[in-house]
Amino acid sequence: MNFFLEVLIGGLLSGLMYALVALGFVMIYKASGVFNFAQGAMVYLAALSVVGCMEKGAPLWLAIILAFVIMTLFGIATEKFVLRKLVNQPPIALFMATIGLAFFIEGLAPMVFGSEPRALELGIVDEPIPWILDNWNMVISKFDLVAAGVAAVLVATLALFFQYTRVGRALRAVADDHQAALSIGIPLQHIWAIVWGVAGFVALVAGMMWGARNGVQFALTFTALKALPVLILGGFTSVPGAIVGGLIIGASEKLAEIYIPPVMQDMFGGNFGGIEGWFPYVLALLFLLVRPEGLFGEKHIDRV
Amino acid sequence: MIKKFKPAIAAAAVSLAMLSQMAVAAEEQFFPMIDYRVGPYGSNGQSFYGGFIDYLNYVNIKEKGVNGVQMTYEECETEYNTSKGVECYERLKSKAAKSAGPIHTMSTGISYALIDKSAQDKLPLAMMGYGRTDAVDGSVFPYAFPLVTTYQMQASAIIKFLKDKNGGSLAGKKIVYLYHDSAYGKEAIIAMNAEAGLNKFTVVQIPVAHPGNEQGAQWLKIRQERPDYVVFWGWGVMNQTALKAAQKVGFPRDKMIGSWWTGSEEDVIPAGEAAKGYMAATWNVAGKQVPVITDIEKVVYGAGKGNMEDKSKIGTILYNRGVSAAVLSVEAIRKGQEKFGKGKALNGEQTRWALENLNITEARLKAIGATDLLPEIKTSCANHEGSGKVKIQQWDGAKWVPVSGWIEGNKSLIHPLFQASAKQYAAEKGITPRDCSKEK
Repeated sequence: MNFFLEVLIGGLLSGLMYALVALGFVMIYKASGVFNFAQGAMVYLAALSVVGCMEKGAPLWLAIILAFVIMTLFGIATEKFVLRKLVNQPPIALFMATIGLAFFIEGLAPMVFGSEPRALELGIVDEPIPWILDNWNMVISKFDLVAAGVAAVLVATLALFFQYTRVGRALRAVADDHQAALSIGIPLQHIWAIVWGVAGFVALVAGMMWGARNGVQFALTFTALKALPVLILGGFTSVPGAIVGGLIIGASEKLAEIYIPPVMQDMFGGNFGGIEGWFPYVLALLFLLVRPEGLFGEKHIDRV
Repeated sequence: MIKKFKPAIAAAAVSLAMLSQMAVAAEEQFFPMIDYRVGPYGSNGQSFYGGFIDYLNYVNIKEKGVNGVQMTYEECETEYNTSKGVECYERLKSKAAKSAGPIHTMSTGISYALIDKSAQDKLPLAMMGYGRTDAVDGSVFPYAFPLVTTYQMQASAIIKFLKDKNGGSLAGKKIVYLYHDSAYGKEAIIAMNAEAGLNKFTVVQIPVAHPGNEQGAQWLKIRQERPDYVVFWGWGVMNQTALKAAQKVGFPRDKMIGSWWTGSEEDVIPAGEAAKGYMAATWNVAGKQVPVITDIEKVVYGAGKGNMEDKSKIGTILYNRGVSAAVLSVEAIRKGQEKFGKGKALNGEQTRWALENLNITEARLKAIGATDLLPEIKTSCANHEGSGKVKIQQWDGAKWVPVSGWIEGNKSLIHPLFQASAKQYAAEKGITPRDCSKEK
């Protein structure tokens, strides 16, 4: 039972790390109805900007501010040079543009900051909390708890931003219909620049947490792969949905990795480990059959 | 007027003709460089191929080439992508038709894709420490060379190291084999199982799905299993993640030993303090204490012909490994020239022969200043590996420190596995194996 709980809690905390990345996708999708293929690359760019600035001599706090500036400028440039021409184009055109953007970032970022993997020390050690280990013989990492706290604060802030600010309401209007939003005077360009800037900020937070955990390297772009099933479960338009989806995916993939392979091995022989790469996708696929819009996604109704 | 200059024009024409003939006569040994410097693993390639090219230039500058034959190369970027690797091969093979050094792709996937093609085109494929390991049996794979060490011999050598550490016996011990769930990771399972049977220890296999940036479940399982050691076959981000995850569950890093794909500076620096004490196998040491590395810096970089943009990487594990691969390749060219004519470039078939008849001794390595960049190597038709030896190194938080001498895997246990696998491959492909006793 103790081991089960340990795996479950570890999974839930990992899931919050996935949710950090998923939030970036939700931001863009909410504002433009587009799946941003470049979100993983943005996580990489943000983390690389932090370590790049630190290597040039900036202290951590300054490097974070500079990285935020870089991500904001990147957001504005994306709006100006990529998206502005695509207003009122079908979502697939915007999606294709984000694919191009992903490759562009993946090529440019290492050219500017170097491609070698680097450490990012945030001052939070990824070690078990001693008193939990001593009293319950369970490994709960200090780092994971901090990451969970960061995710919770980020979600609360974004939820409030979308719900109660003018910009937030404008973002939702733009997402519903570009043309209608423009016709009532919502400045689409500004809104998109803001949302890409905020998505850049979310990428920065995710990049720092993932970079501190596994090192800052190209593989940060793969974090997007972990966010996809989270989005399918939570819904592409829901900020709290990203968190709930993250928790479900994190916990289920860890439990599956531990408990399914031995059963399969007993039944068929051989080694069935390493299933956490595809298990979340199967789960998401099954979920799609039952609830295509996700747990918290908006149900789309077309009038005939 | 023309009459007046006629003798001068004639003399100039003769000189030009002579010069152009000399230019044609100047032999060049061409290396098709199917490499990667950008993409997910670009930083690994930058160091490896930087070291490789630096050594070729070093030979050109220091010795004016091998018996006057200049080492030349052309690079083609694969981004560690198998299909691009095949494209590069197709692009470069015509240039390699007359003169070809060994091809080093630094990729198991690309090597697998090229094994049949390179044999058909008679171009030798070197796979130093990676690739298709049953190609050790040269009777079936005449053009493929898994030189120095293979995954299986490396695993066997690691077990030997652990055995020595435990007073000569691993009986009753438990070892977790944590591996990248791919062909690369699975290659060593057969050796781990064979060693477990022989040495009476238990091996628990735990796979990690690609890319391996999340290993929470695996390490909780490892904590539950309470193994004596973790033998680790990781790749890319999986390496740092494993070290961090080991720290998270409190597993001592000095009880973890990895393969050579997990033992470069790039693998441990991103893990920070979590990597301290971690061990990995290698066949070349790091550092500039190796004479040829210092000399390359002096001669090649002194002449402004260095290939590394970031000079701080000179002397790292992967840079030195690139030099080690180039040393082996150039020694093969020397060997080939002894048989096929000094001062003449070798074609693919001739280089293949040279790779199959290598005999690089400690004395020879010392003479070229490459002691500890390679173990002694003696290849043959039946043994395209030639060594099977590795060293174990430990990360002290700032640099890799060798903690063992050369350790050879259990050849009598492992090589028959290669032969059996090669035999099966030959049967599947309808290949009639060469009779190695008749090869010279």
